[in-house]
Amino acid sequence: MIDPVILEVSVVVLGIFLLMAEAFGLTKQKSTLAWWAIGGLAAVFIGTFFIGPNSNSFEVSGFYVVDGLSLFFKRFVLISTILVLVMSVDYLPIVQRLVPAERPGAGSGEFFILPVFTCAGLMWMTSATDFIMIFCALELVTISFYIQVAYLRRSMSSLEAGTKYLILGALSTGFLVYGITWFFGTTGQTNLVAIREVLPLVPVANHPAILFGLALVLVALGFKIAAAPFQFWVPDVYQGAPTPVTAYLAVASKAAGFLVLIRVLEPFFTVPSFQNKLFLALVLLALLTLIFGNLAAIPQTNFKRLLGYSSIAHAGYLLMGLAAIGDAFAGRAVVFYLSGYLLMTFLAFLILVPVTKASGGDDISHFNGLARRSPGLALAMLIAAASLAGVPFTVGFFGKFFIFEAAMNQGLYLLVLVGIVTVASGFYYYFKVIRAMYWQPAPEDAGPVAVTKTSSVAIFILATLILILGVYPQLLIGILP
Amino acid sequence: MSTVSPLLFLILIPLVAAVLVMLGGKSRTVSLFASALNLILLLVLASKFRASEAGFQFVSSFPVVPQLGINFILGADGLSFVMLFLSTAVTLAAVAVARPPVENDRWFYISLLMISAGVIGAFASVDVFLFYMFHELALIPTFLLIGIWGSGDRQAAAWKATIYLATGSFVLLLGLIGLYLLQPLGDRSFDLRHIIQLAETGLIPDNPIVYLLLLFGFGTLVSLFPFHTWAPQAYASAPAPAAMLHAGVLKKFGLYGLIRICAPVFPESIQALLPLLLVLIVGNILYVGYVTIAQRKLDTMLGYSSVMHMGYIFLGFAALNVVSLTGASLMLLSHGLTVAILFALCGEIRERTGTLEFSELGGIARATPKLGLSFGFAAMASVGLPGFIGFASELMVFFGAFVGQPTDMRAQTEAAAEVFRFNSIQVVTICAVWGIVISAIYMLRAYRKIFMGPLPERWSRLPDLAGLPRVAVVLLIGVMLFYGFFPQLLVNLVTPALLQP
Repeated sequence: MIDPVILEVSVVVLGIFLLMAEAFGLTKQKSTLAWWAIGGLAAVFIGTFFIGPNSNSFEVSGFYVVDGLSLFFKRFVLISTILVLVMSVDYLPIVQRLVPAERPGAGSGEFFILPVFTCAGLMWMTSATDFIMIFCALELVTISFYIQVAYLRRSMSSLEAGTKYLILGALSTGFLVYGITWFFGTTGQTNLVAIREVLPLVPVANHPAILFGLALVLVALGFKIAAAPFQFWVPDVYQGAPTPVTAYLAVASKAAGFLVLIRVLEPFFTVPSFQNKLFLALVLLALLTLIFGNLAAIPQTNFKRLLGYSSIAHAGYLLMGLAAIGDAFAGRAVVFYLSGYLLMTFLAFLILVPVTKASGGDDISHFNGLARRSPGLALAMLIAAASLAGVPFTVGFFGKFFIFEAAMNQGLYLLVLVGIVTVASGFYYYFKVIRAMYWQPAPEDAGPVAVTKTSSVAIFILATLILILGVYPQLLIGILP
Repeated sequence: MSTVSPLLFLILIPLVAAVLVMLGGKSRTVSLFASALNLILLLVLASKFRASEAGFQFVSSFPVVPQLGINFILGADGLSFVMLFLSTAVTLAAVAVARPPVENDRWFYISLLMISAGVIGAFASVDVFLFYMFHELALIPTFLLIGIWGSGDRQAAAWKATIYLATGSFVLLLGLIGLYLLQPLGDRSFDLRHIIQLAETGLIPDNPIVYLLLLFGFGTLVSLFPFHTWAPQAYASAPAPAAMLHAGVLKKFGLYGLIRICAPVFPESIQALLPLLLVLIVGNILYVGYVTIAQRKLDTMLGYSSVMHMGYIFLGFAALNVVSLTGASLMLLSHGLTVAILFALCGEIRERTGTLEFSELGGIARATPKLGLSFGFAAMASVGLPGFIGFASELMVFFGAFVGQPTDMRAQTEAAAEVFRFNSIQVVTICAVWGIVISAIYMLRAYRKIFMGPLPERWSRLPDLAGLPRVAVVLLIGVMLFYGFFPQLLVNLVTPALLQP
């Protein structure tokens, strides 16, 4: 049996070891670092199945919990990091081209090491139940992301994305800290469990102050999960950042953000006087996010930018699930949706990387004629797009179905109706990719797209999982917390 | 769990064939073989079907999401068998008349096989949720078939059809979720048998909003007026086999769903919202009928005519008595066969002449007598000439509709709206009979413009219908004639399913 906190510690140690290995030149090939990192993270992943109970001192101080939810998301984060690293190996040539270096290949090692630290931060986030802990973990994640987003120093768009992410990220951090101080001021606590106990005792005169703090925290977390109206950074950052980092931001960062959101909101849902206001805020957020994300995605021509808007849109469906949290199945629906989102988003990005390498860009038009160039890759992308749109027999459909079911059960008819319209527009913009692959002719002299072995294995596994879970979702529902 | 239903193989055969084609099998041979095998298997199953027993047979069940009562239940009764026969027969015909495109013929046949697997799965499902999911299997193949191999303004047509169908199906999904949530807590299921049983014992409240969601969801998929505009365009642009499968079989899904789910569960809502539905039906029959007359191209004309004929089936559904519902069910089969033949022949004409404009065609029956004769048969069947199955079904719909809704409810309708002592549904029935005249006008006119008159020099060397397409068309016509003379066979099959689902 392993002490749970050992997991995060070993991820950090792994990161430090890799940094040292790079600095002292233990390996000539930079990609070896990535393989070591993947191996180490896989070992940690296996370790999550041999977790002992949380040690007593942690239990008492209550800032670090290990429950089914956090364990599930720790695995979620580990899998995403491994996939990001697989993608990064594929992406290495582009990094080396766009990073100035004295010797060829210098300065690209950290590209594989920083995600490991991000992973540690995300894992802490999943267990954090104290505002201080949440803040520290979040900063570890965000700061390592600042570097990764701006990693391509010769690419103007990457630098621009980095700056935008830094400034807006710092702003949202400010909101978070300020919100926490209001909580602390009114309840005298930073621990969420303690806050839950104190909340009913807070005099009514102080309620506006708590709501103010809650609003500030919601702003900060809305930034992390890319909910409208805090989504302004998403399209530019997603487009400019290196593709693996974009995928990481879109999936792992968002998932951890949602988990923190669930944990933070939980105490407030137990108090009736906050419940209604919070519920209203969630419905409004979901409405705005759904409408903005889906409508703004329609005219996009760049695939990464499209996926950026699509990630906003998916945040909208997830918020719809959160707003319906009173339903018995809603919690599992949200987690199911996030897991499906991981599969399909990573699949899309894994395919984007070799296509970008082969055709020199990441516009939708670069997918033209892919069905004739590489039928297998096109089929995988077809599955990803279908799943993102929510076509039956894919995991994305069941995700949407569960969310809609929960929302209908809670009587959120307005949200559901808007959801129908946005799903329809989703069909349009995801099918644009299918159209490019199957309808449009390939550019002349375009050969098959080369995919590395590992990537193709990953693509195959993800596509198969999407279909299997689309036929038999019980496999995943069975292991949900 | 019970044993595996043999119906599962009906779904698996096209899917396995699609995988084989993907892996490099000879696309046309594999598809033909698979669809022929499927039809034979269905006929074998039909011969084992015990028509005297009520309820679903060949049932097998497998839980998919037990928490939400979703099970993969296969089963078939008389009505499903009729639809399954339609699906497999039209699939075989569609594959037979398909001409392999120059490039990427694999994708072409895979798409056809996927649509086929989807419709067969839908009609063999007893679980409402799986019924819905199987229907959606056709969404992407249709998008690809029209977009890649279509003619005319194919891109716009493909987009329009896809967006309409996707939106319609999500509205339908909401309706199904609503149907699920109407059931008493703790006893919810998507199993059709369970739902109907609950409805009979009065445990499902008759909720008009859920009915409306289902009506418009299914209605969009069936091109109910005014949500029909995607259909003519899509069918005109689609390659012949795709139009055959989509207009002939896939579109029947919506009406089948209305007859199967809405009729037993929401009789009062159907009654209460009858005026709305009747207005839409008149739109479907008269408005679209006149629009059909105005068409100058064969493909769009057939597209509109298939929309128009949906109005009759809706009428049979709206009247809600056993005769009219039986007529509507028979019409699902008859219209499916007719429209499949018409689209197949339309594709053959396009293949030969390269145009479908009435003004450019003419007299080609001299060069292609067999093609002309089969088109004549199909056109007559479409109008509803006695001797074809279409006549029997139309007659039953009209008789059923004129009698009107079950007597205990009729009193309200008569008091509500009465024109010359006819109640509203009778007035609509009269309009529908007038619709037959309309369809005779456009069908005969199309026949005259294409096949009659002097033969222009440039069409004098057209090859006649031959080979597999001819066999397919002759067989379909034969089936229509056979059931036209012996409709009682079908009635005996369908009525028990409607009386005691």
